[in-house]
Amino acid sequence: MPKFRQTGDILKLMSSKEDIRNIGIIAHIDHGKTTMTDSLLAEAGLLSPKIAGEARALDYLEEEQKRGITIKTANISLLHEMGDRPYVINLIDTPGHVDFTGKVTRALRAIDGAVVVVDAVEEVMVQTETVTRQALEERVRPVLFINKVDRLIRELRLTPDEIQNKLVRIIRDFNNLIDIYGEPEFKEKWKVDPAKETVAFGSALHKWGFTLSMAQQKGIRFSDIVDAYAKDEYQDLPELLPLHTAILDMVVKNMPNPIEAQKYRITKVWKGEMDSEIGQAMLNCDDNGPTVMCITLAQMDPHAGLVATGRLFSGSMKEGGRVFLVNAKKGYRVQQVSMYMGAFREVVGEITGGNIAALLGLDLARAGETLIDVEHKDVMFPFERIKYVSEPVITIAIEPKHPRELPRLVDAMNRLSIEDPNLVTTVNKETGEYLLSGMGELHLEIAVKFLKDYGGGIEITTSRPIVVYRESVLGEGVVAMAKSPNKHSRFWVQIEPLEENVIKMIDKGDLAEEMGRKRMGNALKEAGWPTDEARNVWALEEHKNIIVDLTKGIQYLREARDMIISGFRWACGAGPLCEEPLRGLKVKLMDVKLHEDPVHRGPAQVMPAVRRAILGSFLTAKPVILEPVYKIGVSVPAQWVGESSSMITRKRGRILSSEQRGALTTVTGYIPVAETFGLSAEMRSATSGHAFWQCTFDHWEKAPENVTAEIIKQIRERRGLSSDVPSPRKFIDEA
Amino acid sequence: MDEIVFVGLGLHDEMGISLRGLEEVKTADNVFIELYTSLLPNFSIERFEKISGKKLHVVSRRELEEENGEAILKAAETGKAVLLVPGDPLIATTHVALRIQAEKIGIKTRVVHGASILSAVIGLSGLHNYKFGKTVTIPLPSETPSETPYEVIAQNKRFGLHTLCLLDIKVDGNRYMKIREGLESLLKIEEKRRERIVTMDTLALGIARAGSSNPTVKAGFLKDLLTYDFGEPPHSIIFPGKLHFMEAEALIVLACAPENLRR
Repeated sequence: MPKFRQTGDILKLMSSKEDIRNIGIIAHIDHGKTTMTDSLLAEAGLLSPKIAGEARALDYLEEEQKRGITIKTANISLLHEMGDRPYVINLIDTPGHVDFTGKVTRALRAIDGAVVVVDAVEEVMVQTETVTRQALEERVRPVLFINKVDRLIRELRLTPDEIQNKLVRIIRDFNNLIDIYGEPEFKEKWKVDPAKETVAFGSALHKWGFTLSMAQQKGIRFSDIVDAYAKDEYQDLPELLPLHTAILDMVVKNMPNPIEAQKYRITKVWKGEMDSEIGQAMLNCDDNGPTVMCITLAQMDPHAGLVATGRLFSGSMKEGGRVFLVNAKKGYRVQQVSMYMGAFREVVGEITGGNIAALLGLDLARAGETLIDVEHKDVMFPFERIKYVSEPVITIAIEPKHPRELPRLVDAMNRLSIEDPNLVTTVNKETGEYLLSGMGELHLEIAVKFLKDYGGGIEITTSRPIVVYRESVLGEGVVAMAKSPNKHSRFWVQIEPLEENVIKMIDKGDLAEEMGRKRMGNALKEAGWPTDEARNVWALEEHKNIIVDLTKGIQYLREARDMIISGFRWACGAGPLCEEPLRGLKVKLMDVKLHEDPVHRGPAQVMPAVRRAILGSFLTAKPVILEPVYKIGVSVPAQWVGESSSMITRKRGRILSSEQRGALTTVTGYIPVAETFGLSAEMRSATSGHAFWQCTFDHWEKAPENVTAEIIKQIRERRGLSSDVPSPRKFIDEA
Repeated sequence: MDEIVFVGLGLHDEMGISLRGLEEVKTADNVFIELYTSLLPNFSIERFEKISGKKLHVVSRRELEEENGEAILKAAETGKAVLLVPGDPLIATTHVALRIQAEKIGIKTRVVHGASILSAVIGLSGLHNYKFGKTVTIPLPSETPSETPYEVIAQNKRFGLHTLCLLDIKVDGNRYMKIREGLESLLKIEEKRRERIVTMDTLALGIARAGSSNPTVKAGFLKDLLTYDFGEPPHSIIFPGKLHFMEAEALIVLACAPENLRR
């Protein structure tokens, strides 16, 4: 079928919302998600059916093809017929490796349902849990595809009974995840069950798959499939049990269309007033309502410039339409509206509510941005900041081999930081170092590869990876006073640790500056804060710090407020122990005395004073170093369980559980990120290469006292700081 | 003689210092000068060094504020240190901190006054010194916006008092706020507050280069002052409150105010 006509057909369908499904495919690495996606793509007439399974159309970046794993999120729109009725499936591909977990989360906002792919041999793994949890947290309904069933038959040569036990166990484990992470109103309804057609089985590689009802309808039994492999006739299976039919039928029957989905998902992904015009339009997915889009991906196209992709929750998007980016506070005329087909964008004149659209011409659009038509720009409440489950925990310094290529490296860094919000790029102005921070070693390795490509093949040298730490406190500090440089303004500040439950609220997005002071106050009161503190939160800082104003009736404080907040953010960016960011602090502004005249209490006076008061109180509040800790999952045959476990404990880790699943045992535990460099090689040699393992950032933990001093010393040395941690007297002034 | 002597440089150029001040410089062991709190348009360090026979150490805002004037305090421990300051030395708000610090650690301080912009512009305006309210500085628009100047003018007006508005300077950035910029910044606040404190029909007085041989003094309504060419900085603005008949006469004769002020 020519692609052109296909596009036209899909376009027509895009306006009939009952026939739209926005879905994603999520999985543990190598469980076969991309292979499956390609089978679906082939059906949409974009790829010849023969190539699917090998070409992996979505892996269009050279880097992805080389490594055989998917990095960038891409989007496609497919046409699927069930009965005689055509449906549009907007499919968002998501990367499978944990180092890219942030991108998975981002994609989840745009979709209403997810097909979770689980490898029948490996079963439910660490990241199956992570991505399923993330989906449930965004109210994305999961269904299950158990992949690689062919390997159970051909490689493991299991008996039909053993196969059945394995499948039952996978379904049980998966439903367990829904039980743990699902919301009460949804989890019973969302548990999967082969009898209800919410589970499919198959082999993406061999392009067959079925649900129970599909097999029954065709009169095929499981033994027929076993026979097909025994007789080497499995090539006929795709004809008999086409994978795309199994998956897409399952999707159409179980996944909500945008109208159904937005009724319950908007309240989760948007915190504005539901009774407002905008709220109602989104709840009803109204084409005639205000144009509202949540950008979920921003990519730099070398020819077209910035491509912003996102879900249109209401209204319609037209070429030339006047729109406004809420966070960037900038208005635009949309240059081009397109939809996705594999790696390609097809230009279309207009896209209506409930669909995924790609827009050109919005240079400041970033993942997480809220787009609204200009008429409603002043009343739009932005989507909550898309919350990332992972935080960057390791850093490398990079530099071009030839200094003259520095400008190209900087350009490439800018481009990459637009595309990958999980990557933090910084320039240390004092040392001239260019730093990349990411989620893990692989993430940074890939980032460097991209920088080389984007920079037109520049050569880049990298430093050894270093771990990112945080500085925090265990107790309450003194009320510290600091004077402005001209000594004419004074600030009194007291630090205490932020409660664990409040940090969690910020993590989950239940506490965000966008909520406004009143709603933040209510949330904090519920969390146990005294009323006067809860009501007076001034700002939330990205590393989970809060500043609260506890002063009363200070003249001119309103004018100094923004400068005080800037001083607070400045302090939070680099602590006094070793200039790592501060984390988990409640900064209480106790009293302020300001100079009468505005130029004598400008930012140059206020900011340094506030910063010093914060750092001073911090140093008296039992300061500690927090280190990042990975959750590690190792799958290993029984005879190497001992070696793997002791390796984790030897590296200051601890074992959480050890579970046998068939021939493999999954050992789960925690391990400090600092101890994981070089773990691959050690693990390989200790288990003769039989261990499959993966680490995900899990939490920050107080570093043991015996390593804290060493960490501080090393970082201070690296940053060229004096070897001693400054005394509080350096920051606290005498009256 | 361990001490710090704060010496005012007066206005405009190196001829503004008093004879007593010059004497202090000539007998000093170390002479410091700061030039960031105000603009002395025609001051030349070289010429001053020639007149006084002393080498000047220029101190920056950072040295005086963040480093708490350590260098000056240190020099004063072993001899006489002079700090030269534009205008009258302690009218520049910041230096009182240094004086307090010095006295606290046992270093004596003295002050030799100089002509101040405050008396100069008030004198040039012809308005009565007795009728001025709070003084305020209008920050450069690049800084965090402040509505304080607007509030101060409103407050003074309520009591019939005049307001002297100094205009912000950034010596490092070579930025000296002009009368027009100051008025525009106030009009912007008016647009937001709409209390009719500063409008196109409000009477104001612009003064440029007070203390020089060619000062400009012009009174008029904002709509006229906005287009008036006041020439080189430094500039200041006065918003008159209730006018005494002598004040009105002075504005008309000395500052070209509209004749109908007499009524």
